[in-house]
Amino acid sequence: MQSVIAYIAQIAFLCRKEVLAILKDPANRIILLAPAFFQTMLFGYGATFDLTNVSYALLDQSRGAAAREFVTRLDGTGVFEREATLASADQIASVIDPGKVLLAITIPADFDQRLARGEAATIQVILDVRNSSTAATAAGYLNAIAQRFNAAHGAAPAITIERRAWFNPNLNSLWQIMPAMIATLSMLQTLLLAALSVAREREQGTFDQLLVTPLSPLQILVGKALPSILVGIAQSTIVLMIVLFWFRIPMSGSPWLLYLGLLSFTGAAVGIGMSLSALALNMQQAMLYSFLVIMPLTMLSGLLTPIRNMPEGLQLATYVNPLRFGVDLVRRVYLEGAGLADVATDFIPLVLVASVTLPLAAWLFRHRLA
Amino acid sequence: MRSEFSVRLTALTRKEIRQMLRDRSNLMVGLLLPVALILLFGYGLSFDVRDAPVALVLDDNSAAAREAVSGIEGSHYLSPVYVDTMARAETMLQSGKVDAIVRVPIDFSRRRAAGGASIQLVLNGIDSTTATSLDAYVSASVSNAMLRRVDREGAAGRGGSITLMQRTWFNEAGISTWYLVPGLIVLVMTLVGAFLTSLLIAREWERGTLEALFVTPVRPLEIVLSKLLPYMAVGLIDLATCLLAARFLFQVPIRGSLFAIVLASALYLAVSLLLGLFISGRTRNQFAASQVALLTSFLPALMLSGFIFDLRNVPVAVQVIAQLLPATHFMGMVKSLFLAGTDWMMVARNCTILAAYALVLIFATRRTLRKTLD
Repeated sequence: MQSVIAYIAQIAFLCRKEVLAILKDPANRIILLAPAFFQTMLFGYGATFDLTNVSYALLDQSRGAAAREFVTRLDGTGVFEREATLASADQIASVIDPGKVLLAITIPADFDQRLARGEAATIQVILDVRNSSTAATAAGYLNAIAQRFNAAHGAAPAITIERRAWFNPNLNSLWQIMPAMIATLSMLQTLLLAALSVAREREQGTFDQLLVTPLSPLQILVGKALPSILVGIAQSTIVLMIVLFWFRIPMSGSPWLLYLGLLSFTGAAVGIGMSLSALALNMQQAMLYSFLVIMPLTMLSGLLTPIRNMPEGLQLATYVNPLRFGVDLVRRVYLEGAGLADVATDFIPLVLVASVTLPLAAWLFRHRLA
Repeated sequence: MRSEFSVRLTALTRKEIRQMLRDRSNLMVGLLLPVALILLFGYGLSFDVRDAPVALVLDDNSAAAREAVSGIEGSHYLSPVYVDTMARAETMLQSGKVDAIVRVPIDFSRRRAAGGASIQLVLNGIDSTTATSLDAYVSASVSNAMLRRVDREGAAGRGGSITLMQRTWFNEAGISTWYLVPGLIVLVMTLVGAFLTSLLIAREWERGTLEALFVTPVRPLEIVLSKLLPYMAVGLIDLATCLLAARFLFQVPIRGSLFAIVLASALYLAVSLLLGLFISGRTRNQFAASQVALLTSFLPALMLSGFIFDLRNVPVAVQVIAQLLPATHFMGMVKSLFLAGTDWMMVARNCTILAAYALVLIFATRRTLRKTLD
């Protein structure tokens, strides 16, 4: 019994030393806690797929009533904003090329006559597809306006599509991105923090001293991993608070489950960081390895682009990516209110990654002495 | 006669090159990382929905109902899965087996004859990007089916209909790879700059070798340049790799001037290497330097430079912050140069901004190296 207490006390001492080493420097305190706040605020406003403002140029060659009606419908959406009114088709390039407008709409001279005769009248739309998702969304809006125009004129049988979007009724992209940030933002810094923890001691020569103390590699591992995990959870909490109370995205799931998920996710991220740290001989290498891992982990996580759009091989590779399951888990618990049974499959890879990388790091402590 | 400046610069640069070459793992990563990243992301990042599974629930199994949803069958974007009951379809949507449900209600034919039928579309809003695309594809396929019917039956309606004829400029097929790959070059250059240089000066401070350098006649500016030049060479090799991959592997057209692309990229590379050096000189501590480098390079370039999120949609305050990032100026320019062509005005303006950043950073870094001790 006494030995168990001593064992835990030893870990606690190392933990305490690690926390002091991280937080002793006021600059470090700021570096570890402030960015989570600023990034959440910035990305909350900056990271959006929603089109709120589409600038367009109009070339109206018909000058008829029907054309005017179409344009009125367009302006009435509040999304389309006329930036330029053109007099001839050769002016189109001059507004599209420099990105002044996203699209140019040409209404042909015979537009009104054709509509009056009951024929199909064509509106030509030129789209700047330098950003293909923006262009596709804008094209979708235009189509919807044209369909409403047709339906109002009795040209097409009125079939309305009643749409309901589950878990995110207005298809607001903020709701898609911000809950995922709870996992993403903390992973980046926590992984790097863990990666630097051992590498720094190696570089300063104090790690050899640590190895000759009575601490076992397992104790060193726990003592080094716990503070990083704590920092990660603290960062996640900052992001969660802002998402919840500032951006007011309603949370449907259980906070306990969310934190259980974050704990296993952060554990997996710290495990990867610790293994990198044990491999690296100095801080430069540790940083290099972390950057090398962080970028693919972030980009191939489903955070920004769906996993389903990737080639099969890459989809398989994402099974070792803790962020993929972290993002999925947080999103589903937060937005969908998923229970433990629903997200159990997300826990398996997270726990697997943590239970491979953490012991690997402990083993590497002893076996990689340079 | 060689000036003393160039003698000292050559000597220092030679030392930096030796140091760079000594740690092979560092150099290997510096050269291989861009290849790995561009391959991984070029193939892995895509917004293009294809064959998304959509559950079709035909509560009304009449010919009219089948006709209304026939477009879903033929779409490349959608792949229909016929399901008997709404309850089963909902379970499939919940578990992610399908991305959307299209349901034709039981009274569809009757109400269609009366002139006001509706079709239900249920989407999973957790991935709102995919949901928005699916919404557009389903709406388009239903309305096309209806227009086809009008065409066949003659002018059934009272008036003519309008059709939109779309011409897409710069990215004719609307492939997201075309706009993501040029952006990846920005991301790779940002990252290469940040991780190659951000520890250089901090390491020398920590080891005390910088203080030793202070007793020599070398000037701060020479230290900055000597640390910049070798990594500039590595970065240029990376740049060449990225350009070749973009052009020949991902088939992204280069419509603008290649000279302008290389010039802009070299300038941006210098800015991002110098930013790393500045962080390093300012923090004087490897731990802080690496955290700051990570925070200021990767995420802002990913989220705020216009790489994925269109800056036209963000509030003014965020636009101002985005304009402060060198990455934003490079991003806009490189996308246009690849896809649209050369707008020399824009190239001149953005290159001037980048050059100004480079100069400011050189002098700012030089200041962090003033020969003073704590």
